[in-house]
Amino acid sequence: MSNIVAFIELSQDGGPGPGAREVLKAASQLGDPIAVLATSSLSGSTVGQLAALGAKGVFAGETELTSSCLQEPEVETLAKAVQALDPAAVLVVNTTSGREIAARLAVRASGGLTADAVAVRKQDGMVVATRLVLGGTYSVDSTVEDGLPVITLRPGAFEGQARPAEPVVTSLGLKVDTRAAAAVEAFTPGADSHRPDLRTAERVVAGGRGLLSKENFVLVEQLADALGAAVGASRAAVDSGFIASGAQVGQTGVSVSPELYVALGISGAVQHRAGMQSSKTIVAINKDADAPIFDIADFGIVGDATTVVPQLLHAMAVRTP
Amino acid sequence: MKIIVLVKQVPDTSEERTLDTESGFLERDPQGNVLDEISERALEVALRHKDSHKGTEVVALTMGPSDALKALRKALSMGADSGVHVADDALAGADAMWTSRVLAAAASAEGFDLVITGNESTDGKCGVVPAMVAEHLRLPLVGSLDSPGISAESVSGRRECGTGTMTVRAGLPAVMSVTERSAEARFPTFKGILTAKKKSVKNVALAELGLSGATVSTAGRSVILSVARVEGRSGGRKIVDHNGSAATELMEFLADRQLL
Repeated sequence: MSNIVAFIELSQDGGPGPGAREVLKAASQLGDPIAVLATSSLSGSTVGQLAALGAKGVFAGETELTSSCLQEPEVETLAKAVQALDPAAVLVVNTTSGREIAARLAVRASGGLTADAVAVRKQDGMVVATRLVLGGTYSVDSTVEDGLPVITLRPGAFEGQARPAEPVVTSLGLKVDTRAAAAVEAFTPGADSHRPDLRTAERVVAGGRGLLSKENFVLVEQLADALGAAVGASRAAVDSGFIASGAQVGQTGVSVSPELYVALGISGAVQHRAGMQSSKTIVAINKDADAPIFDIADFGIVGDATTVVPQLLHAMAVRTP
Repeated sequence: MKIIVLVKQVPDTSEERTLDTESGFLERDPQGNVLDEISERALEVALRHKDSHKGTEVVALTMGPSDALKALRKALSMGADSGVHVADDALAGADAMWTSRVLAAAASAEGFDLVITGNESTDGKCGVVPAMVAEHLRLPLVGSLDSPGISAESVSGRRECGTGTMTVRAGLPAVMSVTERSAEARFPTFKGILTAKKKSVKNVALAELGLSGATVSTAGRSVILSVARVEGRSGGRKIVDHNGSAATELMEFLADRQLL
């Protein structure tokens, strides 16, 4: 079987980040997953975690510059891994950093790039990626000809875990050319870190203009916390100042595909639906019985979210599972 | 300082957008096309610097069919000094790799201290062109900035990265990309619209950049194998609430699906 490079983005504590399971799982569907990472020094516990997630090889570029030099250590490590491993594809989780790293690598390695795949497979010797485009209204299968396929993966799209393996470990001292890289001057852990990240959350509770006020928007946060969900918002709610723009879901803003999406006071304009209609289960509460959000909701309640949500919270609190 | 802003014309997101299921290409109805909102924000970042720093030159650069001139005119009416339009029949259906190579070549030919672009377009949403352009130019990318800053020697700003916020900086020349959290774009003034018609727009063909359809499409082509319309979702159960009565049913629905 051919080698498949699985890029491992590290978390703040230096261990494999939340995307490691997904990228190794996706790689195992195409060939032998080789975990590739840039780190100040490769630890035994990192190797152990990657082995448990199915890495048949671990390839580490070691440099002290990982925390001060933006992305160049990662891109250069991947370029070295491509030379050494001759992989059939490189997979990278589509995060803010991941896609910039993948883009630079695709150019440096004279490859081709497929962005935001929700499935990958081998077909007639080709690596085929499936993407959902235009807000999930079309599904497109594509491949890369005459070059290395570099594929970014939509977070949350790959379920399950590859079988544990005993990886062959390679680490090399990395020489990093800092001239073509930005410097990292500071890092502040997210203030909202008790909630899951909106892009990758399994559950999202989002609020819209129908909530009428910033005070009522607190219900969104309370229900999110009760469900262990991330907080989202429609553009109208952001424009009304109910919440910061980082929570915006839709065509401009974040696209999400969680297990559960709860829309409170969101009418469901086409721009909003484009960012959430691939969610597995959609629940909507809206006063307007004709709101388009009901056309895609698995469970719709015509009513006032500010009445229903407090009762739901109460019912959840007293519920005996 | 000379700033090149990469701008893109995209289908208006308030209209339904369709793909040609034969070619996999976006059906671009010239009437429904607009300057991408994220391009407007990128331009705004450049224009604010120009407002406070005399002698700043802002050039809007686009690649696209002849109709993309409309997007350039909008950029000029907002305040860009001139436009560059790379148009060539060989570019039809260009993927991100190809597009970035052409944009990088056009930016080099024009000359710049800083390239500013949106982090992702509202049609492609791939978010890879800024980093590809930077790599072609062998320049640093200060990418996905929520709060971009420009000084005489460097560019900097904050970027969200899942676990927190990073402050990043690079010396000029550099490539910067901005998110929808950056500057809110201005509206063109009446005077801006009038003067835009007199501003220069340079038309550039591939050959003038030393490129041809054959050279830019040799390695790493994305090839579409099949396109399918995804079955639309249909609404499920819909109930009317009376003073919160629906809460119990909703909880049962969530419990049934193991979502509690």
